[in-house]
Amino acid sequence: MINRRSLLLSGGGLAAAATLAACGDNNPLDQPSGSASPSTGEKPALTQWYHEYGEAGVKEAVERYASEYADASVKVQWTPGEYMQILGAALLTNEAPDVFEYEQGGSLDMIRGGQLADLTEIIAPVRDQFNQPVIERFTFQDKIYAIPQTIDMQLLYYRKSLLEAKGIQPPTTFDELVAAAQAVKSDDIGGFFAGNDSGVGVLGTIFIWASGHDQLNADRTEAAFLTNEFYEALVAYREFVKSGAVVSGASNEWYGPEAFVNGEAAFQWGGLWSLPAIQEAHGDDFGVLAFPAIGAKGRPVVPFGAFGACVNAKGKNVAAATDFVKWLWIDQEDKQIDFSTAYGTHIPAKDALAAKTEQFKSGPGADAARYVAENGFSNDIMWSGPMGEAYNAAVNNVIVGGQDPVDAFAGFADLAKQELAKLAG
Amino acid sequence: MWQRLRGHQGRNLWFLVFVAPFFVGLTIFVYVPVVWSAYLSFFEARNTIKPTRFVGLENYSYLLHDKLFLNSLAVFVVFAAFIVPLTYVCSLALALLLDNVRWGQAFFRSVFFIPASVSYVVAAIVWRLAFFNNARFGLLNSLIRASGGESVSWLGGGNGLYWVALVSVRLWLQVGFYMILLIAGLQRIPQDTYEAAALDGATGWRKLRYITLPQLRPTSVAVIMLLLINAFQAFDEFYNMLGSIGSYPPYARPPLVHLYLISFGGGQQNLGVGGAGTMILAAIIVCFSLAQNWVLGREERRERKALR
Repeated sequence: MINRRSLLLSGGGLAAAATLAACGDNNPLDQPSGSASPSTGEKPALTQWYHEYGEAGVKEAVERYASEYADASVKVQWTPGEYMQILGAALLTNEAPDVFEYEQGGSLDMIRGGQLADLTEIIAPVRDQFNQPVIERFTFQDKIYAIPQTIDMQLLYYRKSLLEAKGIQPPTTFDELVAAAQAVKSDDIGGFFAGNDSGVGVLGTIFIWASGHDQLNADRTEAAFLTNEFYEALVAYREFVKSGAVVSGASNEWYGPEAFVNGEAAFQWGGLWSLPAIQEAHGDDFGVLAFPAIGAKGRPVVPFGAFGACVNAKGKNVAAATDFVKWLWIDQEDKQIDFSTAYGTHIPAKDALAAKTEQFKSGPGADAARYVAENGFSNDIMWSGPMGEAYNAAVNNVIVGGQDPVDAFAGFADLAKQELAKLAG
Repeated sequence: MWQRLRGHQGRNLWFLVFVAPFFVGLTIFVYVPVVWSAYLSFFEARNTIKPTRFVGLENYSYLLHDKLFLNSLAVFVVFAAFIVPLTYVCSLALALLLDNVRWGQAFFRSVFFIPASVSYVVAAIVWRLAFFNNARFGLLNSLIRASGGESVSWLGGGNGLYWVALVSVRLWLQVGFYMILLIAGLQRIPQDTYEAAALDGATGWRKLRYITLPQLRPTSVAVIMLLLINAFQAFDEFYNMLGSIGSYPPYARPPLVHLYLISFGGGQQNLGVGGAGTMILAAIIVCFSLAQNWVLGREERRERKALR
């Protein structure tokens, strides 16, 4: 988020940089660049990349962490824009960073391409301290290529007072959610909101998990959810949309707090990052839930995402970079707490740290942290782009287009099989 | 020897000085990437630009069997069928109108040209969150409700209404630019042809039909070709109006958006499929342009034949 203050700050920073540059070559603030080869006795030079965090202060914080590291001089590069694409391209060149963050601990392509150093050894002694679903997602064929930095998640916000007024308990199953949304909906407020597409986009893969399935079978050779229970879940959601209790138009998308804050819906599917804004608007008058179980075999679900710190396996200083990652993301617990909670609301990657912080000790924050640990899901590492696109199209055809789910998913099993065979190499 | 290489008055040297920078730039930033992606399209190239696994035409056959890719080509056809004639007619109407204005010409031209300098991304977000918001307080929905109707879902799919938003935003953004091109074309038409026509009693529509439009043909050909190519490359307004974090609906998905999603979606880099897709799209654009040239040049050829 660009606000006037950060604009002013960056303007001031630019001016200061220009002044310093005018001082000439012997600038004491000039750090040795990543390409400089370390001579004996000198500290190794590392570069570290982050994507652009929206919250004010994160950039200064990560620069401070880097400057406090004694065994190497670490230069932080803040990378606005399409971070994953920029990083992917940079990793193919000699200008690649030594340390970088990546969603869900690195992609299959990166692991296969030998771009990520194996960090299993440094995380092994403390593996149990990390959030279990996250660490499992980070593990591929018994190896871990990234240290989890912080956790983000999606969850269901609801207005306590509106439910209490109707004498309704917070829903634990999808049927209860439907009933509750229909009961609280009035001319002044809508029932359930999950995006201006009626929630089809963001809830897409949740239907798999919430109806009791996994995306792929254990060997990752075929899709594991094409059952009647899954099809019934899609039809149940379609009926929910048709009933008029799902809000299909709001002042912002599901990823903003606006619809819930402005009282446009009694339930909103949203991000944990919206928690501070919602707390400010509604005080204690809200609670959080996981997406409720659909059908008899169902289970509650929250999707999570976690950035992990990776080491470039083809970098010049793999050992020094690994030491730095271990220092920052395993040893320095005060910095890990600061990074997660001082600038926005993210869950620290280690369970013990989450329990220590104000935001996650009690109330909705504590519920959220518990949901990730107990009901956390995320896309399988082999759930590829084409598979995801075909899946979303089929879900959309069922829920928005009214197609029969069996027909909509007719070709999906074969497509998944082919795609997975290709990915398996 | 040096004298001969330099040419008369150093002409060869000057030719090199003027042409070389552009030629080098074009080679590095256009031709090399084009040839490289053609090369990549025959390989399984994930996360690498130096692939080793040759797969022949597999990437092409994959795309040509991908229902969503074929749909995206249909989306382009629908989009072009709306936006190309609409923009051309509106730009021409504005150009004719402003060409005859006696006062305030510069003012009106600027007024209509200003949207051309607005970013597609910004305009798409304004369209999405203000004008075509699905909510009952969206600008258009407020209007509909004020006049007694029910609010409608503009961008939610299930109906074709998202086309209204997509076509109107592009029309608003580009109509001024093509208006300027057409005004330039209009001003090249010699005044005396109009005077001669006036003497023969031609007015209004007949003047437009028999003098303005035929004389404007070279400009029109260029404008329509540009419109078509731009429609083919549509990405920004689609992506920003309909996309969400990590998802894009299956409808209203133009070819570039689909290629972007399947080759770069979810942080992967499938350069082989991406390369194959761009080759297919390039081939289609070339075919379209050739066909259009042939159709629009037909009359000219007929006239030339008649003169012979």
